Amino acid sequence: MFCAFVVYPVAYGLSMASEPSLYRELLANPLYARTVVNTALFVGVGVNVKMFLALLLSGFFMRRRWWIKALLPIYILPWALPAIPAFVSFHWMLIGEEGLVDSALSALFGLQGPLWFHDRRLALGSDIVAYVWKWMPFWTLTFFAARTAIPQEIYEAAAVDGAGVCRRFVHVVFPLLGNLYLVCTLLSTVWTIGDFTTVYLVSEGAPSYSTDVLATLGIHYAFDAARPALGVAAALSALPVLIPAVLLLMRVLHTREVQL
Amino acid sequence: MEVIAADARLSPRATTRAHAVVRRRRYLSFVGTVVLSFVLVVWTLLPIYNMILISLEPEGDVFTDHIWPRVASGESFRGVLTQGHWYLEHFWRQFANSLYMGAWVTFLTLAIGTLTAFSIGRMRIRHGWLVSNAALMTYVIPASFLAIPFYRIMQNYGLANNLWSVIAALVAFATPYAFFVFQEYGRSIPIEVDESARIDGASPIQVYYRIYLPLMAPALVAVGTYAMLLAWNEYLYQFLLLSSKSSMTVPVALAQFLNSDQSPWNYMMATAIIYALPPVAVYYAFRRRMTAGLTMGGVKG
Repeated sequence: MFCAFVVYPVAYGLSMASEPSLYRELLANPLYARTVVNTALFVGVGVNVKMFLALLLSGFFMRRRWWIKALLPIYILPWALPAIPAFVSFHWMLIGEEGLVDSALSALFGLQGPLWFHDRRLALGSDIVAYVWKWMPFWTLTFFAARTAIPQEIYEAAAVDGAGVCRRFVHVVFPLLGNLYLVCTLLSTVWTIGDFTTVYLVSEGAPSYSTDVLATLGIHYAFDAARPALGVAAALSALPVLIPAVLLLMRVLHTREVQL
Repeated sequence: MEVIAADARLSPRATTRAHAVVRRRRYLSFVGTVVLSFVLVVWTLLPIYNMILISLEPEGDVFTDHIWPRVASGESFRGVLTQGHWYLEHFWRQFANSLYMGAWVTFLTLAIGTLTAFSIGRMRIRHGWLVSNAALMTYVIPASFLAIPFYRIMQNYGLANNLWSVIAALVAFATPYAFFVFQEYGRSIPIEVDESARIDGASPIQVYYRIYLPLMAPALVAVGTYAMLLAWNEYLYQFLLLSSKSSMTVPVALAQFLNSDQSPWNYMMATAIIYALPPVAVYYAFRRRMTAGLTMGGVKG
């Protein structure tokens, strides 16, 4: 089972993309260079913003007010919502002047909203926002669970010693959650490099393929341009980044005994 | 508080000043919390509100620039449920496909995951570490990079347009995670339990059924929910592998709306909302156990 559905596709993919001329063709294509930049931006900005906000928000949810407790199930909703409806909704929300965001801008502030998918930066930004929206709750919950495992006495001891919120975060929370944070960021980076759904459904690569990431570019090559080998090559060109990340992750997992 | 009490012994004016500072700080923190809560609610609910807003539009009135529904109409929901539009003529069939797929992915992931974790973790077979490392490798390869070879291979196997090709792919990607959670969780069950059962004459299969599975129940719930959500969330493989109207699942059908400029968007959003209901229901039903599974298991989005 494992061989037929995992090992064989990997080997088959490698053999499909073993032709060096494919990579020469990719490198010669300006679209490919832009896609690499897009992927780096999408992963770099998306993952870091998401993880850092998730870490901060997990602290917010530790507070003991009743409405914060009530807020948590609502806040988790994006994670439970299937990706397809959510991203389709993002697409329609930003579709232009008829979209909800621009309508709200003009109704509330009298502003003319931008055409989000006509500008590469705005479109890529929308992708990142949608990505953060969908996945931040999951990581917040992970950090929240890890924080509840920290004994309350440590916070109280720090507070008695006069540490404010910021210093408690830097000197207590971060050293204790640092390993977990590193592992989660690495894992999330690896998954995000292969993320297809967000860009495919939110900006659809618009305007004219300029916001494609490697995963969507591969599919475009394979099915719209009928060049499957080139598509696989485009996707596999992420391996030089992916493999070190995976090796680092395995090392961290093995040596530091992170309790996930 | 200690500080304030000490001040009180010194001078009453210092006390009032200290009280004022504390009170102001508390007030600021309260306001900050309220504002942040409000921002979070808007941030979370805006896309969901947008879905509901579009789905409630009466037909032909979809692109109007207002932010409240002027005339709410349940017409699109009725249309979806009675398959009343040609885009939706197979809706229930497709919904059943999604359910069928989700159920099988959940079941197979649990079965394969527990069996592997049981044989490696409890029976200590040789070279078990090889399997766990291979599983870790699979765990981290992005599924979308394997989509094209997988598509080719499925055509070679003659499984294109067959729900089982998607089920096989999703199970293959979900089992490593299941395996990790089960192995982690299994460590909390003392091996002596197994040993005493063996001495009483239980075969490995009996140990698995009678002792291992019941003790693993919390992890089973967490992983089962995860596998179901994975199947429900996945889009790429379903989109590539299922193309005929009767074999496709709801996400693929939803994406078909996007291919045309004249699609009935209110129907699309109504379909999307109905599709989103089962995982939300499952999620809220198992929420407490999922967080428990998360803390001891792994992390996978």
